[in-house]
Amino acid sequence: MSSNSNPPLTRKDFTSDQTVRWCPGCGDYAILAAIQGAMPQLGLKKEDIVFISGIGCSSRFPYYMDTYGFHTIHGRAPALATGTKLSNPELDVWVVTGDGDALAIGGNHFIHLLRRNVDLNVLLFNNEIYGLTKGQSSPTSQPGLVTKSTPLGVIDRPFSPGQLAMGAGGTFFARTIDTNPKLMTQIFVESSRHRGTSLIEILQNCVIFNDKVFEDVTQKETQDDHQIHLEHGKPMLFGKDKEKGLILKGFKLEVVTLGENGVEEKDILVHDAHEQDPSLHTLLINMTLPTHPVALGIIRDVEAPTYGDLVKAQKADSQRKAKVKSMQELIESGHTWIV
Amino acid sequence: MTPTQNKPSATLEKVVIRFAGDSGDGMQFTGSQFAFTSALVGNDLATFPDFPAEIRAPKGTTGGVSGFQIQIGTVEIYTPGDAADVLVAMNPAALKSNLKFVKPGANLIIDIDAFDKRGAKKAGYEGDPLENPKMEAYHIIQAPITSLTKKAVADSGLDTKSQMQCRNMFALGLVYWLFERSVDQTIKELNQKFGKKAPAVAQANTDALMAGYNFGLTVEALPSTYKVPPAKKASGTYRHISGNVATAWGLMAAREKIGNILFYGSYPITPASDILHELSKHKHLDVITLQAEDEIAAVCSAIGASYAGQIGVTASSGPGIALKGEAIGLAMMAELPLVILNVQRGGPSTGLPTKTEQSDLNLAIKGRNGESPIIVLSASTPSQCFEMAYRAVKLAVEHMTPVMLLTDGYLANGSEPWKIPDLGALPPIQQPLAVAKEGETFLPYLRDPEKLSRFMAVPGTPGLEHRIGGLEKQDQTGNVSYDPANHEFMVKIRAEKIARVANYVPEQAIFGPKEGELLVVGWGGTFGALRTAVKELRDEGHNVSLAQFNYLSPLPKNTAEVLGNFKHRLVCELNLGQFANYLREQFPQYTYEQYNKVQGLPFTIQEIKEEILKHV
Repeated sequence: MSSNSNPPLTRKDFTSDQTVRWCPGCGDYAILAAIQGAMPQLGLKKEDIVFISGIGCSSRFPYYMDTYGFHTIHGRAPALATGTKLSNPELDVWVVTGDGDALAIGGNHFIHLLRRNVDLNVLLFNNEIYGLTKGQSSPTSQPGLVTKSTPLGVIDRPFSPGQLAMGAGGTFFARTIDTNPKLMTQIFVESSRHRGTSLIEILQNCVIFNDKVFEDVTQKETQDDHQIHLEHGKPMLFGKDKEKGLILKGFKLEVVTLGENGVEEKDILVHDAHEQDPSLHTLLINMTLPTHPVALGIIRDVEAPTYGDLVKAQKADSQRKAKVKSMQELIESGHTWIV
Repeated sequence: MTPTQNKPSATLEKVVIRFAGDSGDGMQFTGSQFAFTSALVGNDLATFPDFPAEIRAPKGTTGGVSGFQIQIGTVEIYTPGDAADVLVAMNPAALKSNLKFVKPGANLIIDIDAFDKRGAKKAGYEGDPLENPKMEAYHIIQAPITSLTKKAVADSGLDTKSQMQCRNMFALGLVYWLFERSVDQTIKELNQKFGKKAPAVAQANTDALMAGYNFGLTVEALPSTYKVPPAKKASGTYRHISGNVATAWGLMAAREKIGNILFYGSYPITPASDILHELSKHKHLDVITLQAEDEIAAVCSAIGASYAGQIGVTASSGPGIALKGEAIGLAMMAELPLVILNVQRGGPSTGLPTKTEQSDLNLAIKGRNGESPIIVLSASTPSQCFEMAYRAVKLAVEHMTPVMLLTDGYLANGSEPWKIPDLGALPPIQQPLAVAKEGETFLPYLRDPEKLSRFMAVPGTPGLEHRIGGLEKQDQTGNVSYDPANHEFMVKIRAEKIARVANYVPEQAIFGPKEGELLVVGWGGTFGALRTAVKELRDEGHNVSLAQFNYLSPLPKNTAEVLGNFKHRLVCELNLGQFANYLREQFPQYTYEQYNKVQGLPFTIQEIKEEILKHV
């Protein structure tokens, strides 16, 4: 049993007795380790933490966490977690999902969760493929990708989780990658602090069905030029020696090099994750190789009332105005007569 | 206030009155006023509104006719009545679309001012509808409702439109006179409704009401009035209640008994939406309502609430219930409490959204993948929805299982007097909470030895951290298991858990002798018609009894005995025989005859009586 008086929790306290059954080399192992590492930093009691998942490789996650956990049905974790959080706001609820689970079968719940801003943390494992069903294309698969279900190549245009989040009024969006445990841990801790729906897109490698899909982003030799780590209040610089940066030219982001064409550091955009207007956040989310680096870090983190806040406020308001205080009073109210 | 009578009076045992007019004519308010006044007099009664399918159909057309039927009696009343003895028709369209619900020889009170050429044409009549020889079968009372209302409220200072909105009160005043009812309650009500904000409106409506009453007193068209003396009802305080409101309140009463939160996840659908409307008014009584993005989110959010230790409830009608199937299976597999309300309507597919039917029984009992038994209940009358909703929560919570409660459009919108219960006397509801034991690993699928239900480990409780889900689980530990023998064991134990619920539900009651010639078997919302038909035939000396089932799965323990004590069994239901086939499967030792109707309409007492007479 854990309580406040006990010694601080460690990673081990969050590790369940179940054998982890992902494929050897799967990116999910690193994500699990990062979460188990981040948990003790949240300052929460472990009985107050709940992991709720849908269906897919990622959705096995709750079995491996020694917290409360619910492995539900395909695509529905956001809806289920909404009920859990609203009816017990004390719980810290995490949704674990994948690109198929969240963006295909569960697309509707995903956007409505974001628009309501329920105070949940969503870990979206994006490997651009269906793994558990053995290799079909997903809503984030790139056009042309040959999979078991698309032998002639994918012709569907892909979804961008971040774009969907912006379109649905999301208040927190971060992107991280399974090869960077430090960044993952930092983002997980920050996302837990955000009040509202925190969406974290984790670029995750599926070694079996879509291996090296993010190699362009993660390759050691080029990663400094192909990633930009956004930090609130800091200039948008990247490159090995932070010699490159982003500027806004018209309505577009442009990559510039410090010292070239008279560009100085003061010309570089400074990241403001707290800006309510999502326009620039959207441009950052949309950056793709080879013209731009891929944006990682907390791209958007803005304040807005959570759904739970509003539920609570309505309850308080109706309690103030209510004439009847109990069911007996309610059923005896209005038109009655005596026989 | 009520003037004295000066005409002869006849006494009736029961009478059916139908108010019909344009959707804007206030027929629902008129009908409910008549209902409440009759209740105050002590009549038993039942009402049913008949809304137009179109939201705002053109004025004066049959598509826009709104009706309200009420049966009042000095005897026990179980239905709003097969057909009307009195029809109030505010225009030709109302007459046209309602004549089929009227008995030959009935009194038709019509607003003769509205029966001009234009009105008749709008309603789709060729020529004057009152000149049709068929109309000779009725006693037509031609009341100049529009012109006399206009006269009565001429000095009110109201504009013409507001003046015309008093027509329904004229009609009501006339009906009050016809049935020797006092106008006092309605005047009181009008003052409460408009008195403060619009005293002129209250006065004009009162004037119209009195004008209608006085018209009855003075004209020769109405030779006599009718008395319907009070019914013998158990003493107590009564109120009116509709099925959907009773359902909502039953859930809320159960919540109060447990002392947690009622979480209602729902998506708008006819005829279930009124439950959402009702519950969303009572947030101060620890009700959370979520209008979800779809039916699946509605049920899933409710499961999420149940998982958090609260009462998760979702509702829908046929199409929505079909969408919820997978999630209900999850709650069944995870063994979490969940209440699913199915306010049945005409199916299949979109079917007849505003009409009633009982064709979701198969869906309720068997409509999920895998071996997935749940508890299925049904309610018999509008007010009984309260008790059955309460029972649904109790069984779900205490047995850790989904429970589906079947009501229907007829119960949902129908209303009747309800003796207000003492909620303290309702049976207690015990959440089977798991308790953490120091040094012991918590086993989430350990079971109560009697009920076979597992224990509720509420997130937030130290020491009970555990994982559940929709994958097959190992006995006791709840860990994922693909072991063949374990799977069969778990399938059987989940089935046995539901079967044992029969030990916790009341035995099946019988109306009439417990053995004999013919047992009429029904379930759910057909109770009123079946009960009345059986009672009337018994009074006429026939050997017939009724078993109306509320507990459908599992069936009460004495069901075989109940069925076996009769020579014949006649199963009456509003589908093609789903309950009859279910009984054949459960009790193949008996034969079953069927009477089925699938017209989107409730049974009439008359047709049931005729059917029964073929079997006795």
